[in-house]
Amino acid sequence: MTTWDWIERFLQLYWPQFLKGAGWTLLLAIIGTVGGFVIGLLIGVVRTTPLYSGGQKRRSLRSVLLKIVNAILAVYIEVLRGTPMMVQAVLVFYGLMEFAGIDITSSAAGMLVITLNTGAYMAEIVRGGIQSVDPGQTEASKAIGMTHWQTMLNVVLPQTIRNILPATGNEFIVNLKDSSVLSVIMVSELFYSTQVIKSIYYRTYEPFLIAATIYLFFTFTSSRLLRLLEKRMDGPSNYTLISSATTPELLKQNRRYQAGATRRR
Amino acid sequence: MPHQKDALSQHVIEVRGLHKSFGDNPILKGIDLQVSAGEVVSIIGASGSGKSTFLRCINLLEWPTSGEILFQGENVLERGYNIPAYREKVGMVFQQFNLFSNMNVLQNCMVGQIKVGRKSKEEARLTAMDYLEKVGLAQYIHAKPRQLSGGQQQRVAIARALCMEPEALLFDEPTSALDPEMVGEVLKVITDLAHTGLTLMVVTHEMAFARDVSDRVLFMDDGVIAEEGEPAGIFTNPKSERLREFLTRFLS
Ligand SMILES: Nc1ncnc2c1ncn2[C@@H]1O[C@H](COP(=O)(O)OP(=O)(O)OP(=O)(O)O)[C@@H](O)[C@H]1O
Ligand SMILES: [Mg+2]
Repeated sequence: MTTWDWIERFLQLYWPQFLKGAGWTLLLAIIGTVGGFVIGLLIGVVRTTPLYSGGQKRRSLRSVLLKIVNAILAVYIEVLRGTPMMVQAVLVFYGLMEFAGIDITSSAAGMLVITLNTGAYMAEIVRGGIQSVDPGQTEASKAIGMTHWQTMLNVVLPQTIRNILPATGNEFIVNLKDSSVLSVIMVSELFYSTQVIKSIYYRTYEPFLIAATIYLFFTFTSSRLLRLLEKRMDGPSNYTLISSATTPELLKQNRRYQAGATRRR
Repeated sequence: MPHQKDALSQHVIEVRGLHKSFGDNPILKGIDLQVSAGEVVSIIGASGSGKSTFLRCINLLEWPTSGEILFQGENVLERGYNIPAYREKVGMVFQQFNLFSNMNVLQNCMVGQIKVGRKSKEEARLTAMDYLEKVGLAQYIHAKPRQLSGGQQQRVAIARALCMEPEALLFDEPTSALDPEMVGEVLKVITDLAHTGLTLMVVTHEMAFARDVSDRVLFMDDGVIAEEGEPAGIFTNPKSERLREFLTRFLS
Protein backbone atom coordinates (compact mmCIF):
# COMPACT_ATOMS: atom_id res chain seq x y z
CA MET A 1 0.00 0.00 0.00
CA THR A 2 1.25 3.46 -0.78
CA THR A 3 1.22 6.35 1.66
CA TRP A 4 -1.86 7.74 -0.05
CA ASP A 5 -3.66 4.43 0.40
CA TRP A 6 -2.81 4.43 4.11
CA ILE A 7 -3.98 7.98 4.53
CA GLU A 8 -7.23 7.13 2.80
CA ARG A 9 -7.71 4.12 4.99
CA PHE A 10 -6.94 5.98 8.23
CA LEU A 11 -9.35 8.72 7.27
CA GLN A 12 -12.06 6.25 6.34
CA LEU A 13 -11.74 4.23 9.53
CA TYR A 14 -10.80 6.85 12.10
CA TRP A 15 -12.14 10.20 10.94
CA PRO A 16 -14.37 10.43 14.01
CA GLN A 17 -11.31 10.03 16.26
CA PHE A 18 -9.34 12.63 14.32
CA LEU A 19 -12.31 14.94 14.44
CA LYS A 20 -12.73 14.47 18.15
CA GLY A 21 -9.01 15.04 18.77
CA ALA A 22 -9.11 18.16 16.63
CA GLY A 23 -12.17 19.34 18.52
CA TRP A 24 -10.38 18.94 21.86
CA THR A 25 -7.32 20.74 20.56
CA LEU A 26 -9.46 23.63 19.41
CA LEU A 27 -11.39 23.67 22.69
CA LEU A 28 -8.21 23.65 24.78
CA ALA A 29 -6.75 26.49 22.74
CA ILE A 30 -9.92 28.56 23.04
CA ILE A 31 -10.37 27.95 26.77
CA GLY A 32 -6.68 28.48 27.47
CA THR A 33 -6.51 31.71 25.51
CA VAL A 34 -9.78 33.21 26.73
CA GLY A 35 -9.14 32.16 30.33
CA GLY A 36 -5.53 33.28 30.12
CA PHE A 37 -6.61 36.60 28.64
CA VAL A 38 -8.94 37.23 31.58
CA ILE A 39 -6.26 36.20 34.10
CA GLY A 40 -3.72 38.35 32.29
CA LEU A 41 -6.00 41.38 32.31
CA LEU A 42 -6.74 41.02 36.02
CA ILE A 43 -3.09 40.58 36.93
CA GLY A 44 -1.99 43.36 34.60
CA VAL A 45 -4.47 45.75 36.19
CA VAL A 46 -3.43 44.79 39.73
CA ARG A 47 0.26 45.08 38.94
CA THR A 48 -0.10 48.55 37.43
CA THR A 49 -2.23 49.90 40.29
CA PRO A 50 -0.35 52.71 41.99
CA LEU A 51 0.76 51.80 45.51
CA TYR A 52 -0.12 55.19 46.91
CA SER A 53 -3.01 57.41 46.02
CA GLY A 54 -3.10 61.18 46.30
CA GLY A 55 0.65 61.56 46.17
CA GLN A 56 1.24 60.93 49.88
CA LYS A 57 3.79 58.15 50.13
CA ARG A 58 2.15 57.04 53.35
CA ARG A 59 2.07 53.34 54.03
CA SER A 60 -1.45 52.01 54.43
CA LEU A 61 -3.10 48.62 54.75
CA ARG A 62 -3.97 48.94 51.09
CA SER A 63 -0.40 49.52 49.98
CA VAL A 64 0.92 46.64 52.11
CA LEU A 65 -1.71 44.23 50.81
CA LEU A 66 -1.02 45.33 47.27
CA LYS A 67 2.69 44.67 47.71
CA ILE A 68 2.02 41.15 49.03
CA VAL A 69 -0.37 40.37 46.20
CA ASN A 70 2.15 41.70 43.67
CA ALA A 71 4.86 39.46 45.11
CA ILE A 72 2.62 36.40 44.86
CA LEU A 73 1.69 37.28 41.30
CA ALA A 74 5.36 37.74 40.38
CA VAL A 75 6.11 34.23 41.68
CA TYR A 76 3.18 32.78 39.72
CA ILE A 77 4.41 34.40 36.54
CA GLU A 78 8.04 33.35 37.03
CA VAL A 79 7.17 29.73 37.84
CA LEU A 80 4.74 29.23 34.99
CA ARG A 81 6.95 30.88 32.43
CA GLY A 82 10.07 29.20 33.74
CA THR A 83 8.94 25.58 33.57
CA PRO A 84 7.70 23.49 30.61
CA MET A 85 3.93 23.15 30.31
CA MET A 86 4.44 19.40 30.01
CA VAL A 87 5.96 19.30 33.49
CA GLN A 88 3.25 21.61 34.83
CA ALA A 89 0.62 19.24 33.46
CA VAL A 90 2.12 16.25 35.23
CA LEU A 91 2.55 18.13 38.50
CA VAL A 92 -0.98 19.49 38.49
CA PHE A 93 -2.69 16.26 37.41
CA TYR A 94 -0.86 13.88 39.74
CA GLY A 95 -0.14 16.47 42.41
CA LEU A 96 -3.80 17.29 42.92
CA MET A 97 -4.53 13.63 43.39
CA GLU A 98 -1.53 12.93 45.60
CA PHE A 99 -1.58 15.92 47.92
CA ALA A 100 -5.06 17.38 47.79
CA GLY A 101 -6.99 14.19 47.18
CA ILE A 102 -8.69 15.89 44.27
CA ASP A 103 -9.36 13.47 41.45
CA ILE A 104 -10.03 15.55 38.38
CA THR A 105 -10.25 14.19 34.88
CA SER A 106 -7.24 14.61 32.67
CA SER A 107 -9.27 16.93 30.42
CA ALA A 108 -10.09 19.19 33.35
CA ALA A 109 -6.44 19.18 34.44
CA GLY A 110 -5.43 19.97 30.87
CA MET A 111 -7.76 22.95 30.68
CA LEU A 112 -6.55 24.19 34.03
CA VAL A 113 -2.88 23.95 33.06
CA ILE A 114 -3.20 25.57 29.67
CA THR A 115 -5.25 28.40 31.20
CA LEU A 116 -2.81 29.05 34.05
CA ASN A 117 0.12 28.83 31.69
CA THR A 118 -1.38 31.24 29.15
CA GLY A 119 -2.40 33.53 32.01
CA ALA A 120 1.22 33.93 33.06
CA TYR A 121 2.28 34.92 29.54
CA MET A 122 -0.74 37.16 29.06
CA ALA A 123 -0.03 38.92 32.37
CA GLU A 124 3.29 40.11 30.99
CA ILE A 125 1.76 41.00 27.64
CA VAL A 126 -1.00 43.01 29.32
CA ARG A 127 1.42 44.80 31.59
CA GLY A 128 3.53 45.79 28.62
CA GLY A 129 0.36 46.83 26.79
CA ILE A 130 -0.81 49.03 29.68
CA GLN A 131 2.61 50.62 30.03
CA SER A 132 2.77 51.35 26.32
CA VAL A 133 -0.38 53.48 26.43
CA ASP A 134 0.69 57.12 26.14
CA PRO A 135 0.82 58.64 29.66
CA GLY A 136 -0.88 61.69 28.15
CA GLN A 137 -4.05 59.59 27.78
CA THR A 138 -4.12 58.86 31.50
CA GLU A 139 -3.39 62.48 32.36
CA ALA A 140 -6.16 63.75 30.12
CA SER A 141 -8.53 61.28 31.70
CA LYS A 142 -7.60 62.32 35.22
CA ALA A 143 -7.80 65.97 34.21
CA ILE A 144 -11.53 65.61 33.48
CA GLY A 145 -12.05 64.03 36.89
CA MET A 146 -11.90 60.31 36.19
CA THR A 147 -10.69 58.06 38.98
CA HIS A 148 -7.94 55.49 38.47
CA TRP A 149 -10.54 52.79 37.79
CA GLN A 150 -12.61 54.90 35.43
CA THR A 151 -9.44 55.76 33.56
CA MET A 152 -8.50 52.09 33.35
CA LEU A 153 -11.90 50.93 32.14
CA ASN A 154 -12.67 53.70 29.69
CA VAL A 155 -9.32 54.78 28.33
CA VAL A 156 -6.37 52.53 29.14
CA LEU A 157 -7.80 49.03 28.82
CA PRO A 158 -9.63 49.58 25.51
CA GLN A 159 -6.36 50.82 24.03
CA THR A 160 -4.41 48.04 25.70
CA ILE A 161 -6.71 45.37 24.34
CA ARG A 162 -6.37 46.72 20.83
CA ASN A 163 -2.58 46.86 21.22
CA ILE A 164 -2.23 43.33 22.56
CA LEU A 165 -4.61 41.72 20.08
CA PRO A 166 -1.79 40.49 17.82
CA ALA A 167 0.11 39.04 20.80
CA THR A 168 -3.08 37.39 22.06
CA GLY A 169 -3.69 35.88 18.65
CA ASN A 170 -0.16 34.58 18.75
CA GLU A 171 -0.84 32.96 22.14
CA PHE A 172 -3.88 31.27 20.61
CA ILE A 173 -1.81 29.84 17.78
CA VAL A 174 0.87 28.70 20.22
CA ASN A 175 -1.86 27.05 22.29
CA LEU A 176 -3.25 25.22 19.26
CA LYS A 177 0.16 23.61 18.82
CA ASP A 178 1.40 23.33 22.38
CA SER A 179 -1.76 21.73 23.72
CA SER A 180 -0.15 18.60 22.23
CA VAL A 181 2.08 18.34 25.30
CA LEU A 182 -1.05 17.68 27.37
CA SER A 183 -1.02 14.20 25.83
CA VAL A 184 1.40 13.43 28.66
CA ILE A 185 -1.56 13.30 31.02
CA MET A 186 -3.75 11.57 28.44
CA VAL A 187 -5.90 14.48 27.41
CA SER A 188 -7.45 13.17 24.21
CA GLU A 189 -6.50 16.11 22.04
CA LEU A 190 -5.24 15.69 18.48
CA PHE A 191 -1.71 14.50 19.26
CA TYR A 192 -2.90 11.91 21.79
CA SER A 193 -5.64 10.65 19.49
CA THR A 194 -3.15 10.32 16.68
CA GLN A 195 -0.84 8.29 18.87
CA VAL A 196 -3.69 5.93 19.73
CA ILE A 197 -4.59 5.50 16.07
CA LYS A 198 -0.93 4.98 15.17
CA SER A 199 -0.50 2.15 17.64
CA ILE A 200 -3.33 0.14 16.07
CA TYR A 201 -1.44 -0.40 12.79
CA TYR A 202 2.06 0.52 13.85
CA ARG A 203 2.16 3.08 11.08
CA THR A 204 3.52 6.38 12.35
CA TYR A 205 3.98 8.52 9.30
CA GLU A 206 0.49 8.70 7.82
CA PRO A 207 -1.55 9.45 10.95
CA PHE A 208 0.83 12.24 11.89
CA LEU A 209 0.73 13.63 8.37
CA ILE A 210 -3.02 13.88 8.82
CA ALA A 211 -2.54 15.49 12.24
CA ALA A 212 -0.05 17.98 10.82
CA THR A 213 -2.52 18.97 8.12
CA ILE A 214 -5.22 19.58 10.69
CA TYR A 215 -2.86 21.66 12.88
CA LEU A 216 -1.81 23.70 9.87
CA PHE A 217 -5.42 24.24 8.85
CA PHE A 218 -6.21 25.54 12.33
CA THR A 219 -3.23 27.84 12.64
CA PHE A 220 -3.54 29.21 9.11
CA THR A 221 -7.26 29.93 9.41
CA SER A 222 -6.84 31.50 12.85
CA SER A 223 -4.13 33.88 11.77
CA ARG A 224 -6.29 35.04 8.84
CA LEU A 225 -9.34 35.49 11.04
CA LEU A 226 -7.32 37.40 13.62
CA ARG A 227 -6.05 39.79 11.01
CA LEU A 228 -9.63 40.43 9.91
CA LEU A 229 -10.63 41.08 13.52
CA GLU A 230 -7.81 43.59 13.98
CA LYS A 231 -8.93 45.43 10.87
CA ARG A 232 -12.50 45.55 12.09
CA MET A 233 -11.47 46.88 15.49
CA ASP A 234 -9.68 49.77 13.84
CA GLY A 235 -12.96 50.89 12.33
CA PRO A 236 -13.43 52.66 9.02
CA SER A 237 -10.42 54.57 7.78
CA ASN A 238 -12.45 57.67 7.01
CA TYR A 239 -15.27 59.49 8.69
CA THR A 240 -18.46 61.06 7.46
CA LEU A 241 -19.08 64.71 8.03
CA ILE A 242 -22.41 65.55 9.59
CA SER A 243 -24.09 67.87 7.13
CA SER A 244 -24.19 71.38 8.47
CA ALA A 245 -27.94 71.38 7.81
CA THR A 246 -28.52 69.02 10.72
CA THR A 247 -26.38 70.77 13.32
CA PRO A 248 -28.57 73.87 13.80
CA GLU A 249 -31.48 71.47 14.29
CA LEU A 250 -29.50 69.65 16.99
CA LEU A 251 -28.62 72.91 18.63
CA LYS A 252 -32.21 74.06 18.64
CA GLN A 253 -33.15 70.79 20.29
CA ASN A 254 -30.35 71.37 22.73
CA ARG A 255 -31.53 74.82 23.74
CA ARG A 256 -35.07 73.63 24.17
CA TYR A 257 -33.71 70.79 26.25
CA GLN A 258 -31.56 72.98 28.43
CA ALA A 259 -34.38 75.43 28.97
CA GLY A 260 -36.58 72.63 30.23
CA ALA A 261 -34.02 70.74 32.24
CA THR A 262 -33.31 71.70 35.81
CA ARG A 263 -29.60 72.19 36.35
CA ARG A 264 -27.98 69.66 38.57
CA ARG A 265 -25.27 70.48 41.14
CA MET B 1 -10.72 94.26 57.94
CA PRO B 2 -13.98 92.69 56.81
CA HIS B 3 -13.57 93.46 53.11
CA GLN B 4 -10.40 91.37 53.01
CA LYS B 5 -12.37 88.25 53.81
CA ASP B 6 -14.71 88.99 50.95
CA ALA B 7 -11.81 89.44 48.59
CA LEU B 8 -10.37 86.16 49.77
CA SER B 9 -13.51 84.19 49.09
CA GLN B 10 -13.47 85.44 45.52
CA HIS B 11 -10.22 83.66 44.72
CA VAL B 12 -10.92 80.59 42.67
CA ILE B 13 -7.38 79.32 43.03
CA GLU B 14 -4.87 80.32 45.63
CA VAL B 15 -1.34 78.95 45.87
CA ARG B 16 0.79 79.39 48.99
CA GLY B 17 4.46 78.61 49.31
CA LEU B 18 4.41 75.95 46.63
CA HIS B 19 7.58 73.87 46.32
CA LYS B 20 8.20 70.93 44.02
CA SER B 21 11.34 68.86 43.71
CA PHE B 22 12.04 65.92 41.46
CA GLY B 23 14.34 63.82 43.61
CA ASP B 24 16.93 66.24 44.94
CA ASN B 25 16.27 68.65 42.13
CA PRO B 26 14.20 71.64 43.23
CA ILE B 27 12.06 72.89 40.34
CA LEU B 28 9.48 75.13 42.04
CA LYS B 29 10.96 77.21 44.83
CA GLY B 30 8.11 78.90 46.61
CA ILE B 31 5.24 80.17 44.53
CA ASP B 32 2.41 82.35 45.86
CA LEU B 33 -0.50 83.25 43.65
CA GLN B 34 -4.12 84.28 43.91
CA VAL B 35 -6.40 83.97 40.92
CA SER B 36 -9.79 85.64 41.01
CA ALA B 37 -12.92 84.35 39.35
CA GLY B 38 -12.99 85.26 35.68
CA GLU B 39 -9.37 86.32 35.61
CA VAL B 40 -7.18 85.44 32.64
CA VAL B 41 -3.59 84.82 33.69
CA SER B 42 -0.79 84.18 31.21
CA ILE B 43 2.42 82.53 32.34
CA ILE B 44 5.55 83.23 30.35
CA GLY B 45 9.15 82.29 30.97
CA ALA B 46 12.14 80.49 29.52
CA SER B 47 12.16 76.78 28.82
CA GLY B 48 12.85 74.82 31.98
CA SER B 49 11.73 77.59 34.33
CA GLY B 50 9.00 75.32 35.72
CA LYS B 51 5.86 76.62 33.99
CA SER B 52 4.48 73.18 33.11
CA THR B 53 5.41 71.78 36.50
CA PHE B 54 3.53 74.64 38.16
CA LEU B 55 0.40 74.06 36.08
CA ARG B 56 0.58 70.30 36.60
CA CYS B 57 0.87 70.85 40.35
CA ILE B 58 -2.27 72.96 40.33
CA ASN B 59 -4.44 70.11 39.09
CA LEU B 60 -2.33 67.55 40.92
CA LEU B 61 -0.85 65.67 37.98
CA GLU B 62 2.29 66.32 40.01
CA TRP B 63 2.09 66.22 43.78
CA PRO B 64 3.71 69.27 45.39
CA THR B 65 6.58 68.68 47.80
CA SER B 66 5.24 71.37 50.13
CA GLY B 67 2.88 74.31 50.18
CA GLU B 68 -0.84 74.73 49.82
CA ILE B 69 -3.22 74.87 46.92
CA LEU B 70 -6.64 76.26 47.75
CA PHE B 71 -9.64 75.86 45.52
CA GLN B 72 -12.57 78.02 46.57
CA GLY B 73 -10.90 78.32 49.95
CA GLU B 74 -10.25 74.63 50.58
CA ASN B 75 -6.81 73.04 50.58
CA VAL B 76 -6.86 70.37 47.89
CA LEU B 77 -3.74 68.70 49.33
CA GLU B 78 -5.63 67.87 52.49
CA ARG B 79 -6.04 64.15 53.14
CA GLY B 80 -9.50 63.02 52.11
CA TYR B 81 -10.08 65.92 49.71
CA ASN B 82 -12.06 64.72 46.68
CA ILE B 83 -9.44 65.09 43.97
CA PRO B 84 -11.47 63.79 41.00
CA ALA B 85 -14.29 66.23 41.83
CA TYR B 86 -11.70 69.03 42.02
CA ARG B 87 -10.22 68.12 38.66
CA GLU B 88 -13.69 68.15 37.16
CA LYS B 89 -13.89 71.82 38.18
CA VAL B 90 -10.35 72.74 37.14
CA GLY B 91 -9.77 71.31 33.68
CA MET B 92 -6.58 71.12 31.70
CA VAL B 93 -5.67 71.39 28.04
CA PHE B 94 -2.36 69.89 27.00
CA GLN B 95 0.29 70.79 24.48
CA GLN B 96 -0.10 67.37 22.85
CA PHE B 97 -3.96 67.49 22.89
CA ASN B 98 -4.20 63.99 24.40
CA LEU B 99 -7.58 63.18 22.91
CA PHE B 100 -8.66 59.65 23.80
CA SER B 101 -7.51 57.70 20.79
CA ASN B 102 -10.01 54.88 21.31
CA MET B 103 -12.95 57.26 20.95
CA ASN B 104 -14.33 59.51 18.27
CA VAL B 105 -14.76 63.25 18.72
CA LEU B 106 -18.24 63.02 20.21
CA GLN B 107 -17.29 60.21 22.61
CA ASN B 108 -14.27 62.23 23.74
CA CYS B 109 -16.61 65.00 24.77
CA MET B 110 -19.24 62.70 26.32
CA VAL B 111 -17.28 60.20 28.37
CA GLY B 112 -16.39 62.55 31.22
CA GLN B 113 -19.90 63.93 31.46
CA ILE B 114 -21.35 60.43 31.69
CA LYS B 115 -18.79 58.73 33.94
CA VAL B 116 -17.78 61.66 36.12
CA GLY B 117 -20.69 64.08 35.81
CA ARG B 118 -23.27 61.26 35.92
CA LYS B 119 -25.27 62.84 33.15
CA SER B 120 -27.56 60.84 30.91
CA LYS B 121 -26.26 59.96 27.46
CA GLU B 122 -28.73 62.25 25.78
CA GLU B 123 -27.90 65.18 28.03
CA ALA B 124 -24.17 64.57 27.50
CA ARG B 125 -24.59 64.40 23.74
CA LEU B 126 -26.43 67.69 23.57
CA THR B 127 -23.87 69.46 25.76
CA ALA B 128 -21.07 67.99 23.66
CA MET B 129 -22.74 69.15 20.45
CA ASP B 130 -23.15 72.61 21.89
CA TYR B 131 -19.47 73.00 22.74
CA LEU B 132 -18.28 71.32 19.55
CA GLU B 133 -20.40 73.81 17.66
CA LYS B 134 -18.73 76.64 19.61
CA VAL B 135 -15.26 75.45 18.59
CA GLY B 136 -16.51 74.95 15.04
CA LEU B 137 -16.25 71.17 14.88
CA ALA B 138 -19.83 69.93 15.17
CA GLN B 139 -19.50 68.37 11.74
CA TYR B 140 -16.64 66.15 12.82
CA ILE B 141 -18.28 64.21 15.63
CA HIS B 142 -17.64 60.83 13.98
CA ALA B 143 -13.96 61.44 13.27
CA LYS B 144 -11.24 59.72 15.26
CA PRO B 145 -8.57 62.03 16.73
CA ARG B 146 -5.84 60.79 14.37
CA GLN B 147 -7.97 61.79 11.40
CA LEU B 148 -7.96 65.44 12.43
CA SER B 149 -5.37 68.19 12.07
CA GLY B 150 -3.53 69.39 15.15
CA GLY B 151 -5.59 72.55 15.33
CA GLN B 152 -8.83 70.59 15.11
CA GLN B 153 -7.65 68.14 17.76
CA GLN B 154 -6.80 70.96 20.13
CA ARG B 155 -10.20 72.55 19.60
CA VAL B 156 -11.85 69.23 20.41
CA ALA B 157 -9.69 68.99 23.52
CA ILE B 158 -10.93 72.42 24.58
CA ALA B 159 -14.53 71.37 23.93
CA ARG B 160 -13.93 68.22 25.97
CA ALA B 161 -12.69 70.30 28.89
CA LEU B 162 -15.61 72.73 28.57
CA CYS B 163 -18.12 69.89 28.61
CA MET B 164 -17.29 69.34 32.27
CA GLU B 165 -18.52 72.89 32.91
CA PRO B 166 -15.36 73.82 34.84
CA GLU B 167 -14.74 76.86 37.03
CA ALA B 168 -11.23 77.25 35.68
CA LEU B 169 -9.16 75.90 32.78
CA LEU B 170 -5.41 75.43 32.67
CA PHE B 171 -3.67 75.55 29.29
CA ASP B 172 -0.11 74.27 28.92
CA GLU B 173 1.29 75.73 25.72
CA PRO B 174 -1.87 74.89 23.77
CA THR B 175 -0.45 76.04 20.44
CA SER B 176 3.18 74.95 20.69
CA ALA B 177 2.68 71.62 18.93
CA LEU B 178 0.78 73.20 16.06
CA ASP B 179 1.80 74.14 12.57
CA PRO B 180 1.93 77.95 12.33
CA GLU B 181 -1.19 78.20 10.17
CA MET B 182 -3.27 76.47 12.85
CA VAL B 183 -2.18 78.57 15.80
CA GLY B 184 -4.70 81.28 15.00
CA GLU B 185 -7.81 79.09 15.07
CA VAL B 186 -6.92 77.73 18.52
CA LEU B 187 -5.98 81.13 19.95
CA LYS B 188 -9.28 82.48 18.69
CA VAL B 189 -11.18 79.82 20.64
CA ILE B 190 -9.21 80.60 23.79
CA THR B 191 -9.69 84.34 23.30
CA ASP B 192 -13.45 83.79 22.99
CA LEU B 193 -13.34 81.82 26.23
CA ALA B 194 -11.48 84.61 27.96
CA HIS B 195 -14.44 86.85 27.29
CA THR B 196 -16.99 84.45 28.77
CA GLY B 197 -15.84 84.98 32.35
CA LEU B 198 -14.20 81.58 32.73
CA THR B 199 -11.04 81.65 34.83
CA LEU B 200 -8.04 80.83 32.64
CA MET B 201 -4.37 80.16 33.31
CA VAL B 202 -2.41 79.91 30.10
CA VAL B 203 1.24 78.95 29.78
CA THR B 204 2.21 80.37 26.43
CA HIS B 205 5.00 81.51 24.17
CA GLU B 206 2.51 83.59 22.17
CA MET B 207 3.45 87.01 23.48
CA ALA B 208 0.77 88.79 21.46
CA PHE B 209 -1.87 86.61 23.11
CA ALA B 210 -0.42 87.24 26.57
CA ARG B 211 -0.34 90.96 25.92
CA ASP B 212 -3.77 91.37 24.32
CA VAL B 213 -5.95 88.82 26.06
CA SER B 214 -4.76 88.37 29.62
CA ASP B 215 -5.59 90.45 32.68
CA ARG B 216 -2.27 89.58 34.28
CA VAL B 217 1.04 88.14 33.14
CA LEU B 218 3.35 86.08 35.31
CA PHE B 219 6.99 85.78 34.38
CA MET B 220 8.49 82.60 35.77
CA ASP B 221 12.21 82.29 36.20
CA ASP B 222 14.10 79.45 37.85
CA GLY B 223 11.14 78.12 39.81
CA VAL B 224 9.67 81.35 41.12
CA ILE B 225 7.38 84.06 39.83
CA ALA B 226 10.04 86.65 39.16
CA GLU B 227 7.72 89.39 38.02
CA GLU B 228 4.01 89.86 37.55
CA GLY B 229 1.60 92.53 36.58
CA GLU B 230 -0.74 93.86 33.93
CA PRO B 231 0.37 93.03 30.41
CA ALA B 232 1.06 96.65 29.54
CA GLY B 233 3.54 97.00 32.41
CA ILE B 234 5.21 93.66 31.81
CA PHE B 235 5.76 94.17 28.13
CA THR B 236 6.49 97.89 27.93
CA ASN B 237 8.18 98.44 31.26
CA PRO B 238 9.84 95.25 32.51
CA LYS B 239 11.56 95.80 35.84
CA SER B 240 13.94 92.87 36.19
CA GLU B 241 16.95 92.32 34.01
CA ARG B 242 15.91 88.68 33.41
CA LEU B 243 12.51 89.63 32.03
CA ARG B 244 14.06 92.29 29.81
CA GLU B 245 16.50 89.70 28.44
CA PHE B 246 13.71 87.20 27.96
CA LEU B 247 11.53 89.67 26.10
CA THR B 248 14.28 90.91 23.80
CA ARG B 249 15.18 87.33 22.98
CA PHE B 250 11.56 86.52 22.34
CA LEU B 251 10.38 89.56 20.48
CA SER B 252 13.34 89.75 18.15
N1 LIG C 1 8.92 64.21 35.90
C1 LIG C 1 10.09 64.90 36.01
N2 LIG C 1 11.16 64.33 36.58
C2 LIG C 1 12.32 65.01 36.70
N3 LIG C 1 12.50 66.25 36.27
C3 LIG C 1 11.47 66.89 35.70
C4 LIG C 1 10.20 66.25 35.53
N4 LIG C 1 9.36 67.12 34.93
C5 LIG C 1 10.07 68.24 34.73
N5 LIG C 1 11.34 68.11 35.19
C6 LIG C 1 12.37 69.15 35.14
O1 LIG C 1 11.84 70.35 35.66
C7 LIG C 1 12.33 71.48 34.98
C8 LIG C 1 11.18 72.37 34.62
O2 LIG C 1 10.38 71.70 33.67
P1 LIG C 1 9.05 72.30 33.10
O3 LIG C 1 8.53 71.32 32.12
O4 LIG C 1 8.15 72.68 34.22
O5 LIG C 1 9.56 73.62 32.38
P2 LIG C 1 8.77 74.58 31.41
O6 LIG C 1 8.94 75.94 31.97
O7 LIG C 1 7.39 74.10 31.21
O8 LIG C 1 9.60 74.49 30.09
P3 LIG C 1 9.10 74.46 28.55
O9 LIG C 1 8.89 75.90 28.14
O10 LIG C 1 10.24 73.85 27.82
O11 LIG C 1 7.85 73.65 28.48
C9 LIG C 1 13.13 70.96 33.81
O12 LIG C 1 14.49 71.11 34.11
C10 LIG C 1 12.76 69.49 33.72
O13 LIG C 1 13.89 68.74 33.32
MG1 LIG D 1 6.34 73.22 29.56
